[in-house]
Amino acid sequence: FETCGKDCSHQVCRMELAGQELPYVLVDSIGERFGVYEDHLGFLKKRFHLITMKEYLENKTFLSKKISAIYVWYHRPVINEELVQSLPNLKIVASAGVGIDHLDLKLLSSYGVKVSNTPFVVSTDTADMGMALLLASARRLVEGHEMAVSPDTEYFPADWLGVEVSGATLGILGMGTIGYKVAERAKAFEMKILYHNRNQRKKEEESAVGAVYCKKIDYLLQQSDFVLLAVTLTPQTHKLIGKRELELMKPTATLINISRGLVVDQDALVEALQNKVIKAAALDVTYPEPLPRDHPLLKLKNVIITPHIGSATKKTRWVMVEEMTESIEAGLAGLPIPREVLELKDM
Amino acid sequence: MEEGELPWLLVDEIGGIRGILHSHVPFLKKHFHLITMKEFLENRKDIGKKVQAIYLWWHKPVINKELLQSLPSLKVIANSGVGMDHLDLKLVASFGVKMANAPRAVSSSTADTGMALLLASARRLVEVHNISISPSMKYCEADILGVKVAGATLGIVGMGSIGYKIALRAKAFEMNILYHNRTQRKVQEEQAVGATYCKKIDSLLQQADFVMLVVSLTPQTHKLIGKRELELMKPTATLINISRGAVVDQEALLAALQTGVIRAAALDVTSPEPLPRDHSLLKLKNIIITPHLGIKTDKATYMITEEAVENILAALNGLPLPSEVLPS
Repeated sequence: FETCGKDCSHQVCRMELAGQELPYVLVDSIGERFGVYEDHLGFLKKRFHLITMKEYLENKTFLSKKISAIYVWYHRPVINEELVQSLPNLKIVASAGVGIDHLDLKLLSSYGVKVSNTPFVVSTDTADMGMALLLASARRLVEGHEMAVSPDTEYFPADWLGVEVSGATLGILGMGTIGYKVAERAKAFEMKILYHNRNQRKKEEESAVGAVYCKKIDYLLQQSDFVLLAVTLTPQTHKLIGKRELELMKPTATLINISRGLVVDQDALVEALQNKVIKAAALDVTYPEPLPRDHPLLKLKNVIITPHIGSATKKTRWVMVEEMTESIEAGLAGLPIPREVLELKDM
Repeated sequence: MEEGELPWLLVDEIGGIRGILHSHVPFLKKHFHLITMKEFLENRKDIGKKVQAIYLWWHKPVINKELLQSLPSLKVIANSGVGMDHLDLKLVASFGVKMANAPRAVSSSTADTGMALLLASARRLVEVHNISISPSMKYCEADILGVKVAGATLGIVGMGSIGYKIALRAKAFEMNILYHNRTQRKVQEEQAVGATYCKKIDSLLQQADFVMLVVSLTPQTHKLIGKRELELMKPTATLINISRGAVVDQEALLAALQTGVIRAAALDVTSPEPLPRDHSLLKLKNIIITPHLGIKTDKATYMITEEAVENILAALNGLPLPSEVLPS
């Protein structure tokens, strides 16, 4: 490991020069199902002394004072008051991804702990995932693949049809960075785009994608062939889509969720799908994740479920690691923190 | 044709596995007297004289010399779809019969299918859906990462109307676009989608992260993608086929997928369709196969029938056909 030089602002370089040890950073686990990736270890270990929750719990007395940052990967480790209280030198929590609904921002703020996320790097992949789910659901791709490979298939029936995407109406709920990128993609499919958002976008932004603002969600729901959820989870968006909203949707419509499971009243969704109130659903997010194995959503033919992979590409995960590292180093050096999360209302 | 009587249109069957969709029948009956092959075969002589047009649905009925000889009044054959490789164009023309396909109705739907397959393959959609609904759900997050589409290079082989619509869509996904075609497109067309022409297919294959086949099946494109072409591709690349199964050397593809010569494939078309149930392609993890979805939407199929009827009526009225296909 080579330092940049005397005047750089990298925490690790300064510590190296000062002959100090690397900062102690708490992670949930390494490898395993949700742990820090083996591929990323080399990079991280050059900069941090990684401590897993298991190691921490085994040696609390020594480690609790050392830990100055938490590296939150796949929403883990869970950060509660007990943990925060026992880490007196905790300065920063860096969270992977854009959503921070799994963090108690008030709690962390009350202990003077800063928070960062990785908001923009996830946008393109998540928008791509939204379109992938929309297309797969409309054209019955998963069902089609099963038919194509099933041992029982003798022929492909001519009357086995999906729904046309080109020229259809897409209603986007939540027109932030991700929602807007979805609109850019949908436009190329000649889709008519309606959107609902806390605030209306600028006229030029709307024109660029041909999006029409719906101040009331009801109109969007009534007109759309595809309803895509790209909102942040907040108390206002909790169960945004319930029985009433599903009944406003067309019986030929599809619901796509790339935001958070809790934005949808899941029980109402199951009922709506079973009773053909709407046609289909494609969900990258559920509540909980994963669903219990006997959950009715897993058995419905007209549902596609993916395991929260909105931003799960190799490239993007690498950028997230680099961004989180940068935020931690800045936080520990007392410098302005890139991608700092200030308050929920800024989202 | 007798005054007031609708022209007689021969179709293979109505409903059933491969037949004309029931929802299209009222529209067809507005313009034609519908005759099925079954009815024709029961009374070849009388019915044969009256048939002026054939509407091919999923390549049926099979057009051979015998059939053409027994339909002396036949003026036009309209095909449902754009591919004409199942027809002997010279033979049909030799009987003075015109042929038409349905290019307009097909292009958007098929381009959508191509993009659906590209995204599903890049993000491993079928694989992860199956994990999500599996009883044990054993997996490691690091093992199910997909390929980032934005900034990746898409190589389109065959830049006709369908290929061009794919380019329009791919541009919105921030992809770099290369294309190979019999002829280069106009500069404005290239610029509109940011596509770079590759005169030699090799150059496209070597640079592309996703190779999408959108050619017609002709003697020149038969087994266009074989061992040599697959080996030119990147080991991280994905092959997507929405043209015809015979454009790819299937055995070479199987070997390439099994040995990691390329990363994955997504096939909407195979040879034959469906593949035999014991075919090795069906067992691969890194493949998505779909049942020739290309135009299988209610809207596209209806538009195809509308386009076919337009062509048939033009032919019967001695007018130019909107989408006539001539033997090359």
